[in-house]
Amino acid sequence: MKKLIHLTVNDKAYEIAVKPNRTLTDVIREDIGLTGVKKGCEVGECGTCTVLLDGKPVNSCLVLAVQADGKNVLTIEGLETEQGLHPIQKAFVEKGAVQCGFCTPGMILSAKSLLDQNPNPDEKEIRSAISGNLCRCTGYQKIVEAIASVKDQRSGS
Amino acid sequence: MTEYDVINTRAPRLDAPDKATGRAKYVDDLRMPGMLFGALLQSPLPHARILNIDVSQARRLPGVKSVVTAEDASPVRYGVSPARYDENLFCKEKVRYIGDEIAAVAAVDLETAMEALSLIKVDYEELPAVFTPEEAMAEGAPVIHDDYPRNLCAEVHQEFGDVEAAFKECDLIRTDTFKNKRQDGAFLEPNGCLASYDHLGFLTLYTSTQVPHYVQRTVAMVMGLPIGKVRVVKPYVGGGFGPKAAANPMELAACLLSMKTGKPIKMNYTREQVFLYSRGRHQFTHVLTTGVKKDGTLMALKNECYLEGGAYASFGIATVYYAGSLLGGPYKLPNMKYDGFRVYTNRPACGAQRGHGGVAARAAWEQQLDVIAEELGMDPIELRLKNMMSAGDVTCNDLNMSSLGMKECIEAVRDGSGWKEKRGKMPKGKGIGMACGFFVSGAGYPIYRSETYHSTVTIKLSEDGGTAHVYTGSAEIGQGSDTTMAMIAAEALGIPLSDIAISSGDTEFGVDLGAYSSRQTLMTGHAAKEAAESVKAQVLQVLSEILHVPVEDMDVKRGLIVFKKEKPDFEQIRTQYVKEHRGWTDQPSGDELTFKEAARMAYLAKGTIVGTGKYKPGKLGGKFKGAAVGTSPAYGCSAQVVQLSVDMETGKVMVDRMTDAHDCGFAINRTSVEAQMEGSLSMGLGEAMFEEVKFDDRGHVLNANLGEYKIPTALDMPPIDAIIVESNEPNGPFGAKEVGEGAIMPTIPAILNAVYNATGVRIWELPLTPERVYMAIKKKKDEHKEK
Repeated sequence: MKKLIHLTVNDKAYEIAVKPNRTLTDVIREDIGLTGVKKGCEVGECGTCTVLLDGKPVNSCLVLAVQADGKNVLTIEGLETEQGLHPIQKAFVEKGAVQCGFCTPGMILSAKSLLDQNPNPDEKEIRSAISGNLCRCTGYQKIVEAIASVKDQRSGS
Repeated sequence: MTEYDVINTRAPRLDAPDKATGRAKYVDDLRMPGMLFGALLQSPLPHARILNIDVSQARRLPGVKSVVTAEDASPVRYGVSPARYDENLFCKEKVRYIGDEIAAVAAVDLETAMEALSLIKVDYEELPAVFTPEEAMAEGAPVIHDDYPRNLCAEVHQEFGDVEAAFKECDLIRTDTFKNKRQDGAFLEPNGCLASYDHLGFLTLYTSTQVPHYVQRTVAMVMGLPIGKVRVVKPYVGGGFGPKAAANPMELAACLLSMKTGKPIKMNYTREQVFLYSRGRHQFTHVLTTGVKKDGTLMALKNECYLEGGAYASFGIATVYYAGSLLGGPYKLPNMKYDGFRVYTNRPACGAQRGHGGVAARAAWEQQLDVIAEELGMDPIELRLKNMMSAGDVTCNDLNMSSLGMKECIEAVRDGSGWKEKRGKMPKGKGIGMACGFFVSGAGYPIYRSETYHSTVTIKLSEDGGTAHVYTGSAEIGQGSDTTMAMIAAEALGIPLSDIAISSGDTEFGVDLGAYSSRQTLMTGHAAKEAAESVKAQVLQVLSEILHVPVEDMDVKRGLIVFKKEKPDFEQIRTQYVKEHRGWTDQPSGDELTFKEAARMAYLAKGTIVGTGKYKPGKLGGKFKGAAVGTSPAYGCSAQVVQLSVDMETGKVMVDRMTDAHDCGFAINRTSVEAQMEGSLSMGLGEAMFEEVKFDDRGHVLNANLGEYKIPTALDMPPIDAIIVESNEPNGPFGAKEVGEGAIMPTIPAILNAVYNATGVRIWELPLTPERVYMAIKKKKDEHKEK
């Protein structure tokens, strides 16, 4: 039997009836229609399904939708504004940190979570923050450079 | 040096904003009304006869719309190379590995489809199974494919020069055996597709593929449809790396189910199914015997290789050739003998993966060359430079190094890594090592025997002249080919990149063999350049007639018409353009005639302006059996230095720094070239250090997930210094050749050589797990004690 849940996704309120065994990933992708959150493994090992749940990065494939009832979700679609790309998105584009792009949404959200808490991370902290987001294309080099450049931008250096 | 306006820059990729904002659609993001969900029934046994399949219960489950088995599918065999079409869509008489496809179901949702699978009853008669080349080739071993006794899928025997005679002249001869392990492509996006058969008999397959053209042909052949009624569309792809370079059973099953139900069918591989499908790197065992003179001159190489291939041929017939041919360069080697055996086993099939059959061979040989250098008292760089080929040289196996910036690559990594300061001066447990490598820039021949062009490109000008739309069947799989082709087209046409639109990866746009063998920059690039030049010529021809200026006295640059002699009065063109675009606020103005205006005139004179380009290599190789495999219009090459630390107490290896130089001929997009180098290095590091597909003794994949098949994380990768070398390849568009696969080649041996430098221990088996490294250190210590 379905349960009625209330989610705020990218500042928009949703009321959805979901089966208890459905994951947050599937509800976001199918019921809400935001396909920026990806399914790379469905068992929480690759990070492509990363969303920010009440500000914390989580593997949404390991979160039952019913567990997100009453919570705030930020997906990649919620980052840009009418003013344009978020600085992290801009940095990824400009620094060449995007290749196949499948890890990119999760990677950017993990980076946002890092920078929100630690505006001045060193390289080790950057690498640690994205260590749960696997990438097979980039070797992480330009991803780390992109995230570091946002920090540098903000601190004016 | 000609100045370029668009190419050789760091233009941001055209697809990056969509990918960074979640707009980019991958195949699982696609939906169609009335869509059904498909699922595959796969064998739980490694080798068994199928006695009976009972789908009756499954068919009766509410919500199930179709259940298909071999009975419903075509008997047509398929595969990768027509010489080895050994696959049926569904197993007919027997299953050959755990994962072999037996049936497929289409239902209203995935849950129902999965439940239906559990209701399909299959009766098996289990057969003995073989899992290694030794077991598979043994006397009396069970035969996996009746046509291939002793389970020998393919065998290669080649000799160039006279190796035995050459060995007699050598001062030093070494034999070493090297073994890697099966790899998995581990692309982040699992394979998936959406097949839709319409009421007019047209089948459209959206799929995560590297090769829309090959998939189109395979689907048409197996479904029994004319090619013109099959369309393959590639949405954005989350990585390919080789395993997505052929049609897979899921795609074919989805097509069949759509034809049976008349509905769109969505199917995906789970991550576990990606491992079962495999088509990843083979496990190679190389026995290499190399002979040199005491001054370091390379004389001869004998290479014997066994490939553990899994249950089907896939790319394996090409792999077994590459495992020999790709040691023909980049050193002057007058004598080479190669005996290769690709063996069937009851395991998932292996195929082509980044660098193909060259990676393990290169890893083995570059470590052996290091051993030889040490025995001769030579610096390993010195040994490489001494034997290096020059541009224009041809290998003993007939591969033409039309450009070869290897010396520059070696010098760049030597200087960029601090080699001279560090080599021999690092403490125990710290080491620095180097290696070289090279790779084809596109296979010289298509996978199926044909005179087909390898790439065709069409460019259409918008009727207002303002935008050029590039249409190509080439596959953007993350490497950046869309942006590269757009940049080549913009440069050749003479307009800014912002005036180019590109659509790709759709068989409607023409023939392109796709993203494999590192071919698209050179081959599709040539076709794009030719199409752009055709468009430019057509526009200038019309302009010439209007202005009475010879075509050769005009050019297009930065979106403007350049008059090499006197600038004519073009007032009538300007007036007409402005009149025809009344209301626009960005009307052309100023002293220069814009390309846009000229293109508009061309449209008014001739109708829609379309330029086409095409490319296929000239005749390559052909002087001996198997000569085709390894031939290419050009070869990319690279050198790499790796610095690492080894914990002598635990065997744990940490790579501290990687310096890589790759000769890509000419970098169309500098950022993309570096990015492909960095990605190649991470795959090479993963294969050297962590990656291994593991099996139990019953043929089950034990680590069919990304938690236990370990690819490098951001904490495992060191900073990479990627250096671009440009040797200006005469056979490449604007001098460009490959980077996507060649860059992986030196990685594993540079790591192995650095481990030796750090520990004094040579390791000839991958991966470099702490256990393997520790045991090797311990063995050496024990041997030392006994002395």
